[in-house]
Amino acid sequence: MLKVLTPKWLKIERRPVPSGGVIFLVSIIAIVAALLVAAIFFAAYGVSPISAYRSIIGGALGNWSGISETLRRMIPLLLCGIGLTIAFRALFWNIGADGQLLLGAVAATGVALFSGLPGPLLLPAMFFAGFSAGALWGVIPAVLKVKLGINDVITTLMMNYIALYVVLWLIHGPWRGPSMRGYAYTDMFPPAARIPVIGQSHVHWPTLVLGIVLAVIMYIFLNRTRGGFEIRVVGENPHAARFSGISELKTIAIVMVLSGGLAGLAGVGEVAGVHYQLLDPTQISMGYGYTAIIVAWLARKNPLAVIITSFFFGVLMAGGDVIKVNLGLPFQLIHVFNGLIMFFLIGSELFMNYKISIRRQ
Amino acid sequence: MGWESWLISTFARALAYGTPLLLGTLGEIYAERSGVLNLGIEGMMIMGAYAAFVVTSKTGQPWLGVIVAAAVGGVFSLIHAFASITLKANQVVSGLALTMLGLGLAGVLGRSWVGLPLFTPLTRATVPGLSAIPIIGPGFFTRQCLLAYIAMLLVPIMWYILFHTRIGVTIRAVGEDPATADSLGVNVARVRYLCVVVGGIFAGIAGAYLSIYYRPAWTAGMTGGIGWIVIALTIFAFWNPVYGLVGSYFFAALYFLAYRMQMWVAPSILKAMPYVFAILILIFVSRGTLQKRMGAPAALTLPYTRGEE
Repeated sequence: MLKVLTPKWLKIERRPVPSGGVIFLVSIIAIVAALLVAAIFFAAYGVSPISAYRSIIGGALGNWSGISETLRRMIPLLLCGIGLTIAFRALFWNIGADGQLLLGAVAATGVALFSGLPGPLLLPAMFFAGFSAGALWGVIPAVLKVKLGINDVITTLMMNYIALYVVLWLIHGPWRGPSMRGYAYTDMFPPAARIPVIGQSHVHWPTLVLGIVLAVIMYIFLNRTRGGFEIRVVGENPHAARFSGISELKTIAIVMVLSGGLAGLAGVGEVAGVHYQLLDPTQISMGYGYTAIIVAWLARKNPLAVIITSFFFGVLMAGGDVIKVNLGLPFQLIHVFNGLIMFFLIGSELFMNYKISIRRQ
Repeated sequence: MGWESWLISTFARALAYGTPLLLGTLGEIYAERSGVLNLGIEGMMIMGAYAAFVVTSKTGQPWLGVIVAAAVGGVFSLIHAFASITLKANQVVSGLALTMLGLGLAGVLGRSWVGLPLFTPLTRATVPGLSAIPIIGPGFFTRQCLLAYIAMLLVPIMWYILFHTRIGVTIRAVGEDPATADSLGVNVARVRYLCVVVGGIFAGIAGAYLSIYYRPAWTAGMTGGIGWIVIALTIFAFWNPVYGLVGSYFFAALYFLAYRMQMWVAPSILKAMPYVFAILILIFVSRGTLQKRMGAPAALTLPYTRGEE
């Protein structure tokens, strides 16, 4: 097909390994191209694209309230994104970060409201429970894939929906807060179960710090340890993995414990740092688990780069809220953005892996 | 209620809810048989649903809505085809992007249509003759959407094309061993493009069924995960249209039977049932030794470049 579509004067060669500079440049071009196409939608809505992008940037970064909204959204994207880089390295298609996040939120809520633990132990126990619940939700598809050969995309996705309805069931049924006058929320968390925030904002900074520390740790784990090496071998060359005696089950299970667990931590952050209660799943997550797929892909499966890409998508999400309110644009525009960026990103990989030049006569 | 009427209502609901699943699955089977996994079903379906609703509302012609939905689904699928076939992009990511884009676009475009009634939905029809068969007749062939019968009729046709014609052999060859097909003079990319577009057309029609028949109204998330269940059913069906029909109706019947338990079980739990079933069905299928014999097309998700293995 490439031959069919390629004019004679173009030369296409496979690049051995694209350099960091090439990756960065191609990614930037892809994002700019996606934003240019998205500009058409603004124009179609009668909004000047320039003023739309100006209010996205200004709204997300122009003042402290914008920056705090950006950081608030960056936190779950960062945690889920790091987890997804690990899964994608092993070529495990974890599309289920959203469900793993929700399960983490559920577990944290359970500990916060019903454990009866003394104050200082509450938050550590909530983070532990959230990690475990997310890990459990993540490890089920891992076992199903390795043991029974069941497609990971489907199981992780289906489990997103199941998690969503588990939360709905809890807030409408057994966990509905007696003090909430019939609304579908749980009761508010006690103060000891709330993560400290910066000032009046929703920036629960300990979770942010945790995310950044985990990005560094996971980077070292993936690139400098035997475990990380085995994950890469299973992902890039399963045959070699089998011959060298690497257990696929063990490796994929570890990958998904980490990936699901990190998403679970994001869920803890949302209920214990932002909402202080379990509430409607779409309010807890706002699609973080899906957006994190693009975050991880844009970071080229590198946990350190996730710090930057999750910030970028934090800007887009916070800015998307601003244009929704200020310019009256529908919130789904952000999905269009995400879809376009993703297409341009994967499309751009051709230019990363192949060198395209003008042929000399 | 006697067991007869119980059976009849189960069949009738299985057909009504199973039809969009069947349409989507038939299309996805063709795409995957040619070697292209398209996770964008949900996105193409919602675009079809949107297009069908708008066209039907404006013209009062539901069948025009179906045709436009098919066209929109087909055109929309070209994005995935271009990314995954021409640009050799990762098919999983490209399909996910298509779903995101579709859900986003349909939500943006359809905002002003939310909550409007539809005055001319697709009508129901009863098949003469067949509807007289006891139980089967009133269950499957009485007062159903014409599209449901068309989907049913398409099953043997799609099966025959896939397994007993030159076209079908070509499609399967491209999905199993594109290099050999290429050396025999088959244009691999063209076959794959066509199959992806077939998948898009079917998903678009499935969307139309939802928005102008099943729930004749427009809401932004109205496909509600059906597109993902289609992906699971395609595996369950071993990429065979006939099993696709069995799977779709069986799945829809399970869904309906779960709903009958709402006196005992919380509604949120019931709504989670289809997704639990989808996983259970895949577990069940994986236990058979069948999988080795009738597994996925060998070149599924692998882009093809001549001279590069």
